[in-house]
Amino acid sequence: MNIGKTLKLAISSILSNKMRSFLTMLGIIIGVAAVIILVSIMDGVTGQVTDTFESIGMNNLSVMVTSRGSTRAIEPEDMYALLDEHSDTFSYISPNVTLNAVIKAPTETDSDTGSVTGVDETYDEIKRLTVEQGRFLQYVDVSKMLKVCVIGTYYEQEYYGRGKALGETIRINGQPYTIVGVFEEQADSAENSSDQCLYIPYTNASKMSWNTTISSYTAYVTNTDDIDKATSIIKQKATELLGSSDNVTVIATKEILDEVSSITDTLKMALVCIAGISLLVGGIGIMNIMLVSVTERTREIGIRKSLGAKKKHIMSQFVFEAGTVSGLGGILGIVAGIIFSTVAGKLLGLSVVASPGAIVVAFSVSVAIGVIFGFLPAKNAANLNPIDALRFE
Amino acid sequence: MEQPLVEFSDIYKIYTMGDTEIRALDGVSFSVHKGEFLAIIGQSGSGKSTCMNIIGCLDVPTSGTYLLNGTDVSTLSDNQLAEIRNEMLGFIFQQYNLLPKLNVLDNVKLPLMYRGLKDSEQTARAMEALDRVGLRDKCRHKPSQLSGGQQQRVSIARALAGSPSVILADEPTGALDSKTSREVMDFLAELNQNGNTIILITHDNSIAATAKRVIRVHDGKIIYDGPADGDDIIRSTVLSQKEKEAAI
Repeated sequence: MNIGKTLKLAISSILSNKMRSFLTMLGIIIGVAAVIILVSIMDGVTGQVTDTFESIGMNNLSVMVTSRGSTRAIEPEDMYALLDEHSDTFSYISPNVTLNAVIKAPTETDSDTGSVTGVDETYDEIKRLTVEQGRFLQYVDVSKMLKVCVIGTYYEQEYYGRGKALGETIRINGQPYTIVGVFEEQADSAENSSDQCLYIPYTNASKMSWNTTISSYTAYVTNTDDIDKATSIIKQKATELLGSSDNVTVIATKEILDEVSSITDTLKMALVCIAGISLLVGGIGIMNIMLVSVTERTREIGIRKSLGAKKKHIMSQFVFEAGTVSGLGGILGIVAGIIFSTVAGKLLGLSVVASPGAIVVAFSVSVAIGVIFGFLPAKNAANLNPIDALRFE
Repeated sequence: MEQPLVEFSDIYKIYTMGDTEIRALDGVSFSVHKGEFLAIIGQSGSGKSTCMNIIGCLDVPTSGTYLLNGTDVSTLSDNQLAEIRNEMLGFIFQQYNLLPKLNVLDNVKLPLMYRGLKDSEQTARAMEALDRVGLRDKCRHKPSQLSGGQQQRVSIARALAGSPSVILADEPTGALDSKTSREVMDFLAELNQNGNTIILITHDNSIAATAKRVIRVHDGKIIYDGPADGDDIIRSTVLSQKEKEAAI
């Protein structure tokens, strides 16, 4: 018996009972659609989280020293020495001094309070920042403590207007700073977005914060595979300088992302398992209807057997039919899954793309479920006694 | 003497229902040679259907040996029995037993499909068989679109398509009117003339009269085995029929 014939037979048998076939498929349709929708949405969420982390910088390490009151500290010179020593691991290390300052533009009458970040001239490389107008901080700005700053487009638009900020003055805690650069717009220049930023040399920031020791650094690790190595290098340095690494916290963006990914992956698996229950129920539905079908078609089975059909012929006919029902259900489920996951993505504001992996797995699982659950009814059919089957009315 | 196609030696088929034992076949022995046209006749419950089921390898005897073309059938597995049914036997049933969802051609192709022939050969042989019963032009019809007599001819074509050693006809005219019955019986007789071995199971004496040899079964035993015109009941049936025809 060839497969084309068997398939044709299975399809004609499904079509001859459309309503029943559809209801039988419904369990599979819902199961497959649910798996695809959940996986796609979870992928969308994971993608968004990953994008956020990647925008922070996957190669970045944040070093925080919390040795409050201690006389010893990690000085920028120590970190620069470390950078020289391990130039194959680290590309850049910048001190990072964040403070809240009073910001006032000469054009405004009121002043604002905002966050000011003191960094060195490599910080734009570390954070992959692009200066659109002017330039970023330079070595001389940092070493000579020049009063220059680079601003985000929020301040540019708010205080000066598009393209008019360069060379202007901005007052930070009353001190006049010359704007030497404006970053590329990242988030529509919105307030509290990454466009509301103000960078000055860390030497100035450190002085302004009344805190002579620098407690935070940001490092750029050349290769993300070396994150663990870089972390241990910094901890070792901290132990050397402070006697212990207990007061030094090193946070890698990548590690956080890995953590988050493993959480979302677990969540995804849990959701898929729940959706999988629906597939299982669908499979039982198929088995049920196939058992009914075998009883209804007892006479047909008897005729086929009297004409010389072997057990394997009858088996394959019914298993094929069950597989076709669930396969068709799987295809309809895929269509429904793609439609609903796109709609859900629109509603949730996520970029949701129906996951090809989920589609392939869901379809194979649905066919496999049909075949597995079709097995018992098919076996019943194949084991029918031909005379009893022929006499069946 | 050449080997018989069908050889029953001391066949018993015993059913136990509760405490009672029903002997559907009670020590039956006979043989059928190639080219014979045999009618097994008996009333319902006489054991003729059991006899037919055993000949057709649809059932196995409780005891005794059944040799089909020299092979002891009682020792074969289900799959081997299926192969024998497929290759050696052609069934014609009272209810035609065509599959309603398949068209006439596909119905006739069924036994050839289970034999594993190539599709083109299946079609060629099925069309040839349909030709013999005069239904080539109806090959795309569904069985339900045909008359009873035509459906029975399709089932004959299906039996012929596999070129079986024995054609087993179980009450082939049971569902047909007398005119169509006549046609079907004449056709079976013609097949026999062309060398086919036919075993007919019936309760109808006038139908049995078409056969050359008659075995009458009663309560599981053979009470007559000989030429059709040697059986008293058949002879009287045929005579009274002829009288009726003469009276008209």
